[in-house]
Amino acid sequence: MKKILFALATTAAVIGFSAAASAADKAKVCFVYVGSKTDGGWTQAHDLGRQELEKALGDKVETQFLENVPEGPDAERAIERLARSGCGLIFTTSFGFMDATVKIAAKFPDVKFEHATGYKTAPNLATYNSRFYEGRYIQGQIAAKISQKGIAGYIASFPIPEVVMGINSFVTGARTINPDFKIKVVWANTWFDPGKEADAAKALIDQGVDVLTQHTDTTAPMQVAAERGIKAFGQASDMIKAGPQTQLTAIVDTWGAYYIKRTQAFLDGKWETTSSWDGLKDGILTMAPYTNMPDDVKALAEATEAKIRSGELKPFTGPLKKQDGSEWLKAGESSDDGTLLGMNFYVEGVDDKLPQ
Amino acid sequence: MGIFEAILLTVITAATPLVLAAVGELVTERSGVLNLGVEGMMIMGAACAFIATQMTGSPYVGILAGIASGALFSLLFGFLTLTLVANQVATGLALTILGLGVSGMIGEAYVGQSGIKLPQIVFPVLSDIPFLGALLFKQDLIFYLSIAVVVGVNWFLFRSRAGLKLRSVGDSHASAHALGINVIRMRYLAVMFGGACAGLAGAQLSLVYTPQWVENMSAGRGWIALALVVFASWRPWRVVAGGYLFGAVSISQLHAQAFGIGIPSQFLSALPYLATIVVLILISHNRRTTLINTPASLGKPFVPDR
Repeated sequence: MKKILFALATTAAVIGFSAAASAADKAKVCFVYVGSKTDGGWTQAHDLGRQELEKALGDKVETQFLENVPEGPDAERAIERLARSGCGLIFTTSFGFMDATVKIAAKFPDVKFEHATGYKTAPNLATYNSRFYEGRYIQGQIAAKISQKGIAGYIASFPIPEVVMGINSFVTGARTINPDFKIKVVWANTWFDPGKEADAAKALIDQGVDVLTQHTDTTAPMQVAAERGIKAFGQASDMIKAGPQTQLTAIVDTWGAYYIKRTQAFLDGKWETTSSWDGLKDGILTMAPYTNMPDDVKALAEATEAKIRSGELKPFTGPLKKQDGSEWLKAGESSDDGTLLGMNFYVEGVDDKLPQ
Repeated sequence: MGIFEAILLTVITAATPLVLAAVGELVTERSGVLNLGVEGMMIMGAACAFIATQMTGSPYVGILAGIASGALFSLLFGFLTLTLVANQVATGLALTILGLGVSGMIGEAYVGQSGIKLPQIVFPVLSDIPFLGALLFKQDLIFYLSIAVVVGVNWFLFRSRAGLKLRSVGDSHASAHALGINVIRMRYLAVMFGGACAGLAGAQLSLVYTPQWVENMSAGRGWIALALVVFASWRPWRVVAGGYLFGAVSISQLHAQAFGIGIPSQFLSALPYLATIVVLILISHNRRTTLINTPASLGKPFVPDR
């Protein structure tokens, strides 16, 4: 079925090519998705960004996407087909597309490429990412205010810097409110398995955590939290529908602003290779409404969000210790981006041993 | 509720779909047909059960829809492999891919909707038994069905005349045919039973385990069920043992992580697979009984000579 859809999409790409060739002042912007555009999380957020782009630039832009593209050799073929079919700007939206994107970018110097969450660039290949950890810092503060027991559960996917960064930011935020705050981490070793994520949520709740956050893709943990009557945070998309009385807030990926900015630059002939790592202030991530919490907690969360936006507050600012008690950041010192992007250690307060 | 009881409750939820799908596939394989499409039938069951529940508001209609969709979907496999004598392995794989695609398509409008959880059926008095009461007599209908299906299949295969016929078809379809047994009809029924069980397992996923629909939500459970059948050497109670052991180790490793015992999580994640394989190999290591239990005609096509 996926193959058929894929073939249809490719045919559409060929038809699209003739249309693009006749209108020179029009940009054809293409997207490669790792999942389904209705996955309720990561890929859906990218697709909403694509729709925003269409709305904002109207008939100056034409978009196309391929969904459910597996990482690996298939990705190379998918990206190459898009490049051949007249796409001027191609966004590849998963970390695992990195090498495929690099390879195809070298083959098509006239096409511009943008790869999400990667670190390899070229004259026609830019990267972009989002400072998700800023949102996790706010979540940590809310958790510390809400939790009666001073302990939160964290469902993690894979031990990569991105995820470790999120855990550390959450704990750092929580400890500004309650210096003894602790979290329990369970690694699901998957991004997507509703059953396993639900099991992890149950295990954490059975062991006494009374607030839950996740770095996996489905709403299953939110549902379990709702059933057990504790509060939880959503991930990647607003998950309020899965827990109307449960969700405190969610980190919502809002790629639209970035897609519009970059496509506009492309149309103006001003596109350049950049490694963009935007955050709350750029609108690349937003916080879902602060719900199911007392007014003072909401006020605190809003104040923290405003401070991060203005640049007054950087989540990773000393004094901070590593898990083993050694000093990481001195008072007033903020972490550089390099350390964050390669983060392979926990800060103090994480009740887990980091898988290496 | 003690932590041990809480763990066991989670284990039951995790093991039920595996046991159901595996017992269904066991009957199919006992008739000599290898259907690798369990994952596809399961996900179709999950999608149809969820959609029917959302449309009617009744999870019991959802259960029926799950069973029916699994059985109907398996009929496609039956037609291709039994009537048209297509290769069973290739057709089974195709069924899985087709199931994942079709379920994603029909379920697209239902992604993100909050489902209706199948209610518990509480047996009065029995459910008040300390510890066991909550585990065994305060469950949902699909759990009770899973136990009934295992008991029924075990009785059918080894205590009934029809079961004997089914096993003879799986062991030597030529001899069974010579004895006047309708091999193709028997295999059709076995394939549909397997499909119905996989569909019911899927319904458990979208109505009990995680009451929601997302594409690919079975996440490989059909393949685990398939492996369980082989490692349990085609014996129903061993399938139950394997399914529950797998569930128990899966849940325990999550608890071990939450306790923070410091064993690498990648190893813990692999543990359910390792433990289940090792234990099932140990309990079925007797080569003679394994040979007796293995359907000798498994995967071989049957074309009656007229």
